[in-house]
Amino acid sequence: MKLTSPASIAAFGGLLLVPALIRIVFPDSEKYYLHLLIQILLWSFIYTGWSLMGRFGLTSLGHGAFTGIGAYGCVLFWNFAGLSPWLGIPVSIAVAVAVSLLIGYPCFRLRIAGHYFALLTLALTEFVRLCIVGLRDYTGGSLGTQPKRAADGISFYALQFEPDRWLSYYIALALWVFGLWVWLRVDRSMDRYALDAASQDEDAAASVGVNVTREKLKITALSAGLCALGGAIYGQYQMYIGPDTIAGLGVSLNMVFAVIAGGLWVPLGPTVGAIFTQVLTEGLRVAIQGSATLKATLGSAALALDQLIYGLLLILFIIYMPKGILGTLMERRARKKAGKPAAPGSAEPAPG
Amino acid sequence: MDCHLDVFFLEALINGLLLAGLLALLALGLNLVFGVIDVVWICYAELVMVGMYGIFYAHKAGVPFVLAAVIGIALCAAAGVLLHMLVIRPVLDQAPINQLLVTGGVLIFLQAAATMAFGIEFKNLGIRLGSVGIADMSFSWSRILAFGIALAAMLALWIFLTRTYTGTAIRAIAQDRQIMPLMGADARRIYVVTSAIGAGLAGLAASLMVLQYDIYPQIGLQFGPLIFMICVLGGLGNMIGGFIAAFIISQFIAVGSSCFHTEWGYAVAFLFFMVAVLIRPQGLFGAKS
Repeated sequence: MKLTSPASIAAFGGLLLVPALIRIVFPDSEKYYLHLLIQILLWSFIYTGWSLMGRFGLTSLGHGAFTGIGAYGCVLFWNFAGLSPWLGIPVSIAVAVAVSLLIGYPCFRLRIAGHYFALLTLALTEFVRLCIVGLRDYTGGSLGTQPKRAADGISFYALQFEPDRWLSYYIALALWVFGLWVWLRVDRSMDRYALDAASQDEDAAASVGVNVTREKLKITALSAGLCALGGAIYGQYQMYIGPDTIAGLGVSLNMVFAVIAGGLWVPLGPTVGAIFTQVLTEGLRVAIQGSATLKATLGSAALALDQLIYGLLLILFIIYMPKGILGTLMERRARKKAGKPAAPGSAEPAPG
Repeated sequence: MDCHLDVFFLEALINGLLLAGLLALLALGLNLVFGVIDVVWICYAELVMVGMYGIFYAHKAGVPFVLAAVIGIALCAAAGVLLHMLVIRPVLDQAPINQLLVTGGVLIFLQAAATMAFGIEFKNLGIRLGSVGIADMSFSWSRILAFGIALAAMLALWIFLTRTYTGTAIRAIAQDRQIMPLMGADARRIYVVTSAIGAGLAGLAASLMVLQYDIYPQIGLQFGPLIFMICVLGGLGNMIGGFIAAFIISQFIAVGSSCFHTEWGYAVAFLFFMVAVLIRPQGLFGAKS
């Protein structure tokens, strides 16, 4: 996939026209559909950021910490220091990257991987969430907080755009394209080959001159930085941040699972994962709201139905479809084209 | 509240000690499963939640508490066997991280299922065991009981693992998964037995926890991460290490919470954990590999 190929450019052109299309087709619920799309694009960007690391076997459960640092850093600088997000976001990203390096360096030097890496980064997520809750005088504790609203809610200086859904959509779209561009840049770089090698055999990679620690740190910093940026923009769009909506273990797990559901080794995998999870949640909500019988039988239990199905699907995905929705589809298509089954293990590195 | 070396501080220390017994019991089950099957059950705390609901409803239906606890343990053990056969067994050959993530799916599933079945209200068993007062300090009997039973259960498990044939086979499998099946130990059966025991310990912990805590679907998130932390700190699969780590972590929480807000106690414990693991990645008590 190339961003500058005619097909890609046509696709982006199409995405630019989507708000106009929605205005024509759903004039009454334009805001709702745009909101759904913005959510998908913003989460896709965050998931793409996570997948940069995840695809090389660095399964981090710590990225909820980075989105949290990005979102809270941006809002706290604005609310308490009057610092514009244009400065606050870069500072927050720098903090997130510094934290990721602080954890990453000893991990990669000591070759902490697999379970230990996942559980250690899980502790980082919990630590950051507890700090957010603990600093309740500034962060609003577990209730969350809001950025101070600039005059009418739309301001370049305050980077607030939530009331204008068209503007929000284009900002989210730009961010998403940026994420995709980074993913493809990484995919074509020498670092990608070094990291692929290191994820399969660290000693062998090191013996042919790959500085494994350095490569892993580079991708970790990039991944953490993108997630911090995504968290910050998400907070600016929602105009609300809470320790469980943009930080914490739930967010970390969602990232991992959405990417696995979508496909870890394909550029649009995280996006498919985000579409899948958002549409599942919204679709079920609408279906239950729309059907009197379902509403009556399920009652308040309906609130957890999407999570129930989600959890079940994740189990099934990991057992039967570890390459995810898009990964599996693309593999099938490639196999059909070639007219023969793909040689086992030739296409992608083994998961993990 | 400020920190003083007074009677409140001593009370916090002893309460931390009592909490440690419970956490050690929880870590023990998880460590047993990891040591033998080499899988981290991220959903371990959710099994405890299932056990707590089981005991709550059994007791509500008129079953005496001790019998309800037995039902809870059996329920958890059954859930553990199901978890192993339906979810873990199909991914045993996959990358270790996939095994961890698949139980994450179980975590989400169990939480949602509990929310749908039991609602989000806090439920309380309504049994009050009272408390004992010693020199201006007060300790609830439920905590003391939990501590005592947790220690007794650990001792019983140790005797089982060292004195019975099945226990010996479990320890052997943990040491070498490839060779032991050739020696006549049936790995598939041992895995199922281990899953049942590991989850049964979660049920035992559940029966001790319903006396102290309210039950709600998200309760697992509150102490789940703590259990993983204790296991990693003690060296995953190292049961003695997990036991000692439980005492260290619970003191951080107890003392930190008594000096500052509760979440700072936890935050300091997590910080200590990260630093400790980065200094000694094999766990505080693990052997150098």
